[in-house]
Amino acid sequence: MSFRLSYRADPGNPWFSWQYVRDNSDTVLNALREHTTLTLRAVLIAALVAIPLAVVAYWFRPLTGPILALTGVLYTVPSLALFAFVAPYLGIGVTTVLSVVVLYALLVIVRNTVAGLNQVPAEVREAAEGMGYGRWGRLLRIELPLAVPGILTGLRLATVSTVALVTVGVVIGRGGLGQIIFAGFQNNLYKAQIMTGTLLCVLLALVLDLVLIGAGRLLTPWLRGRTG
Amino acid sequence: MNPVSQAVVWLNDPLNWTNPGGILDRLGEHVSMSAAAVLLGCLVAWPLGLWLGHTGRGGGLVVLISNLTLAVPTLALLTILPLTFLGFGRPAVVVALAVFAVPPLLANAYTGVRQVDAETREAARGMGMTGAQVLRRVELPLAVPYLAAGFRTAAVQVVATAALATFVNGGGLGEIIRFGFGLSIAVGGGQILAGGLLVAGLAVSVELLFALVERLVTPRPLRRTRRGAGRRAADAVTGT
Repeated sequence: MSFRLSYRADPGNPWFSWQYVRDNSDTVLNALREHTTLTLRAVLIAALVAIPLAVVAYWFRPLTGPILALTGVLYTVPSLALFAFVAPYLGIGVTTVLSVVVLYALLVIVRNTVAGLNQVPAEVREAAEGMGYGRWGRLLRIELPLAVPGILTGLRLATVSTVALVTVGVVIGRGGLGQIIFAGFQNNLYKAQIMTGTLLCVLLALVLDLVLIGAGRLLTPWLRGRTG
Repeated sequence: MNPVSQAVVWLNDPLNWTNPGGILDRLGEHVSMSAAAVLLGCLVAWPLGLWLGHTGRGGGLVVLISNLTLAVPTLALLTILPLTFLGFGRPAVVVALAVFAVPPLLANAYTGVRQVDAETREAARGMGMTGAQVLRRVELPLAVPYLAAGFRTAAVQVVATAALATFVNGGGLGEIIRFGFGLSIAVGGGQILAGGLLVAGLAVSVELLFALVERLVTPRPLRRTRRGAGRRAADAVTGT
């Protein structure tokens, strides 16, 4: 014989529960909002740093190797270790998460932008030169627009991996949706909570990816109608 | 005292190395769990990748798998798997890590077989080899440099990800960092930094070690053209 401590039937531990989502919509929405803003800010900052870096690597060939190697080393350092390096100096806060995530996103964007710029056909470059474009004019009017597919690939990969990476921020209590997942793990392994956090993460990555694909289609009208 | 000198002090305390749950214990856990995960990943990904490459089908599947694992947070997988039939403890962590080892292994095995010259393949067929023989005696040897590059990428990634096992009390060097954060930055700053250095050092050594292995298993004539194999392999994973 055992006593039922609760007057209700045993609620069990389902993999997903709308009840949980309804009862905790505030917490979940806050986490989602934090996650989204962190991701967007990180990708924006990373792009603002990475694209000029890629242009420098493209203009001055000897620098391509070192720039790619430096961002590559940053990429090899495990994310948790990067948190460990940054946190003692920047403290426990959004700045730390943001810097770690930005450092990670750099490599992908730099590499893809360089690849995109290198794909500009030599004839196009020469034609632009023949028409009297200077270095900057050629960059802004010819080369960067033609490199948009490469840049967008970089941005998409960076966005998707950033969404996943922000969850590691739980180590300093700023993990966005990671906070939900981790709390679910600690709250007697509440599956519905873990699943809600995970699904929202994947969904967020998917939505942002689709937005970038759409932006890419708008920015490259000349590619429309081609496959791939 | 600034974090760096704190970290030096912490690393210079012999007890921090030899205590139960000290650096040596954690290092052992980290390496054994990573090795098991990479091994498991190889067992799954290599046969599948080689076969897909041999038949020339499933390129889309390879890309899909790597994109999917990119979007799933490590933390989510680490917390979900212990709740399934795997139960708590080492097996769940190893499986979670293996999932992240699969994409680079799979993509490189696939690319490795696909990049073999069509003429070479035809010559092998003309010599009367069966499909299985072509795969085992022609395509597999020629794919070895790619397999090695994939192995290196996977090993580094797993060692890096294994640091996160600490969130589910899975052990490993990540524990040192998390305990440091538990002490607050002012007290544990040195320990945090020291843990970060250990994790990063391990990842970089694994990278260097397997870069050497990759070079050794690449036949000399292929080395020049295969420069940047790792980069190309990584590109295969990131879809560029």
